[in-house]
Amino acid sequence: MNYFPDEVIEHVFDFVVSHRDRNSISLVCKSWHKIERLSRKEVFIGNCYAINPERLIGRFPCLKSLTLKGKPHFADFNLVPHEWGGFVLPWIEALARSRVGLEELRLKRMVVTDESLELLSRSFANFKSLVLVSCEGFTTDGLASIAANCRQLRELDLQENEIDDHRGQWLNCFPDSCTTLISLNFACLKGETNVAALERLVARSPNLKSLKLNRAVPLDALARLMSCAPQLVDLGVGSYENEPDPESFAKLMTAIEKCMSLRSLSGFLEVAPLCLPAFYPICQNLISLNLSYAAEIQGNHLIKLIQLCKRLQRLWILDSIGDKGLAVVAATCKELQELRVFPSDVHGEEDNNAAVTEVGLVAISAGCPKLHSILYFCKQMTNAALIAVAKNCPNFIRFRLCILEPHKPDHITSQSLDEGFGAIVQACKGLRRLSVSGLLTDQVFLYIGMYAEQLEMLSIAFAGDTDKGMLYVLNGCKKMRKLEIRDSPFGNAALLADVGRYETMRSLWMSSCEVTLGGCKRLAQNSPRLNVEIINENENNRMEQNEEDEREKVDKLYLYRTVVGTRKDAPPYVRIL
Amino acid sequence: MSPEEELQSNVSVASSSPTSNCISRNTLGGLKEHNYLGLSDCSSVGSSTLSPLAEDDKATISLKATELTLGLPGSQSPVRDTELNLLSPAKLDEKPFFPLLPSKDEICSSSQKNNASGNKRGFSDTMDQFAEAKSSVYTEKNWMFPEAAATQSVTKKDVPQNIPKGQSSTTNNSSSPPAAKAQIVGWPPVRSYRKNTLATTCKNSDEVDGRPGSGALFVKVSMDGAPYLRKVDLRSYTNYGELSLALEKMFTTFTLGQCGSNGAAGKDMLSETKLKDLLNGKDYVLTYEDKDGDWMLVGDVPWEMFIDVCKKLKIMKGCDAIGLAAAPRAMEKSKMRA
Repeated sequence: MNYFPDEVIEHVFDFVVSHRDRNSISLVCKSWHKIERLSRKEVFIGNCYAINPERLIGRFPCLKSLTLKGKPHFADFNLVPHEWGGFVLPWIEALARSRVGLEELRLKRMVVTDESLELLSRSFANFKSLVLVSCEGFTTDGLASIAANCRQLRELDLQENEIDDHRGQWLNCFPDSCTTLISLNFACLKGETNVAALERLVARSPNLKSLKLNRAVPLDALARLMSCAPQLVDLGVGSYENEPDPESFAKLMTAIEKCMSLRSLSGFLEVAPLCLPAFYPICQNLISLNLSYAAEIQGNHLIKLIQLCKRLQRLWILDSIGDKGLAVVAATCKELQELRVFPSDVHGEEDNNAAVTEVGLVAISAGCPKLHSILYFCKQMTNAALIAVAKNCPNFIRFRLCILEPHKPDHITSQSLDEGFGAIVQACKGLRRLSVSGLLTDQVFLYIGMYAEQLEMLSIAFAGDTDKGMLYVLNGCKKMRKLEIRDSPFGNAALLADVGRYETMRSLWMSSCEVTLGGCKRLAQNSPRLNVEIINENENNRMEQNEEDEREKVDKLYLYRTVVGTRKDAPPYVRIL
Repeated sequence: MSPEEELQSNVSVASSSPTSNCISRNTLGGLKEHNYLGLSDCSSVGSSTLSPLAEDDKATISLKATELTLGLPGSQSPVRDTELNLLSPAKLDEKPFFPLLPSKDEICSSSQKNNASGNKRGFSDTMDQFAEAKSSVYTEKNWMFPEAAATQSVTKKDVPQNIPKGQSSTTNNSSSPPAAKAQIVGWPPVRSYRKNTLATTCKNSDEVDGRPGSGALFVKVSMDGAPYLRKVDLRSYTNYGELSLALEKMFTTFTLGQCGSNGAAGKDMLSETKLKDLLNGKDYVLTYEDKDGDWMLVGDVPWEMFIDVCKKLKIMKGCDAIGLAAAPRAMEKSKMRA
């Protein structure tokens, strides 16, 4: 390839899109490294503390799109205290200073302030796309600056963020000249919405393909919006609590019938079930359906809707659909690739007979041959069911099973679920992500270590008996990138067995396990390229460092590889060894 | 990256081609072929070598029990039934669940050596053995139940006959909701955003239907001088007393820091009483921000109304809280809402 001039090689590299492939080609030789880095447009950083903005910009001066992830995954479940970190401001400041031509910023689990949004909106003339997932720290004022200043804005996608809604008029801040919107998602905003401003915005956005409304947009507004945007592909319905009068309903039906391009439906936060039939005409076109926030829709209404969705590839739903409903899904949705069943009753207070069991899971596996990703919350499971699932669906890439009660055994045989999960990892040779639950011994980890060769992410909770369990996994799963463990009896022996291993992974999380301060110190001693963070909720430990007991167990351990050493923005309760 | 992943996730399932495939599929010396379940071939495995080591490990892995787990109703030999009934603790020897453990003593001893001396090399040696043996299992392909049996086991929800009466039956297995279920932090693994959204949805409908609300309602709690704030689920308390108690426990350590360290011994006792005193002695007051953005004193409105309007909580120093909405104004507000 050295016979070709650089421009030709660069042209070839344009066809290489995935960041992993581009990382690989940059390792071939110096000249390829140089060509690759100067032509790289999209950069993905899975841990914002693994690198710093200066080095990023130094290597990829021409980057246009940046994806950053901040807090560890378990932060989603309140296991990481606030102010732990993941601040985006330094990144935006550095990118602005270096005049990078940023066009797209995608953030997950990061702290975003109004100040950073304001700076972002003013610093990059060609900025087109902002996607924020599970972020926090900003308000609608920050959104107003984005709306007002980003003249080329195409995408504003806010997914499941904690946003302080100041009930300002941020939608008004889009200038009349703004006609470039393709995607607008503000479903997570809790406050009132200026519906008139929204309707004007939608009316002047002919390219709008994706629109996701928040709770505050009523039914009649929805009908008007859909009428002026029949080209919509992706719609998030707000809510409509009351039964509509026949006239409003008729208008809605007319509007929906015109949206022949609609392929994806979500929202339905509060729905009067009798409004659902308005959507029947477009169900046959739907590829994606997210009803996982529609707590109010009873199982039978859901079933009627789903029976019409023969082309469905992705379904997110609540367990109120029941095993019966899942059987209908299995019979109808032969193209199904991804299924997520969320618990409607998170505290397990109600004795919910309609919830799903292993029966529903097996039915789905039998009926949907293309299924490759599943997230399933249920109250009970059996080994026999898991074995059947493994046999029916050997193509799983992601298999996440959450049995609500920790340590719960096979409810028929009272055995552990080692065999069931063992069957899954043995059959699904392409498995990349796995979450296990229920009663599990070291045995299941032996199976995982032996069979799950492609496994990249593993989530363990309340499982295992001894250090052997964790050792099986670390020794066996060569492709492991993210390992997160909570409330399991793994200790220093497992942690310290192969310290070099952690530099081949993105991160390791262990909370409420058996690792001690002494063990963590030893781990950190010879690992300059690992940040070993101890998060101790108990303030008292911090007070008496002269008396510290190395045998003391560590609440939370988070370690990750990094090339830039200890971070400077850690709060006082995070100790970096 | 996003929770709503691309629809077109064109993933080609990479078929793993382990190097072990190159290894001869004939049974190597010492390797015995067993099917995954070890259902047939009852007698083929020699149990000679393994008893002494089984003693050490029997607490951890009960292979016998797990092996029997896979036996579907009606497909097991009577011998196994009685063994299951006996609930004998694991004897790793007799029927190694894994067909891949030709001589279990080697594996056991090496992994035990592992833990004792921290010598990883032993384990990787055993991993090689596993890899070799694995190929033989793949040729067999009889580790799954025959299809008929599988569907049979699933559609029938009857308790199979060979479940020993001694064990807790299925009726007991369904989790009887305990009177006060201990809430484990961060479990089940559902995002707070989702919990809050569903809770709000339920709450709004409950006002119509009159059903008791379920779901969580997380609000942030901050305290002057504390390094970080916490979140509490208002729905997990039924009155102000419970809330106050929980907050005391949560913020005890912070207050302690401010008071200066006490003696190591009696510290816990001291700290709780101290905080209580602090709170009762009006050094700190509990305040909340309501839906209108106003800061009010906690405790003035009925509990149900409180959790309806409370957006955030803050433990303020008493002196800072002077001038906050006292009872009369709070009641006025609540009347306006009603």
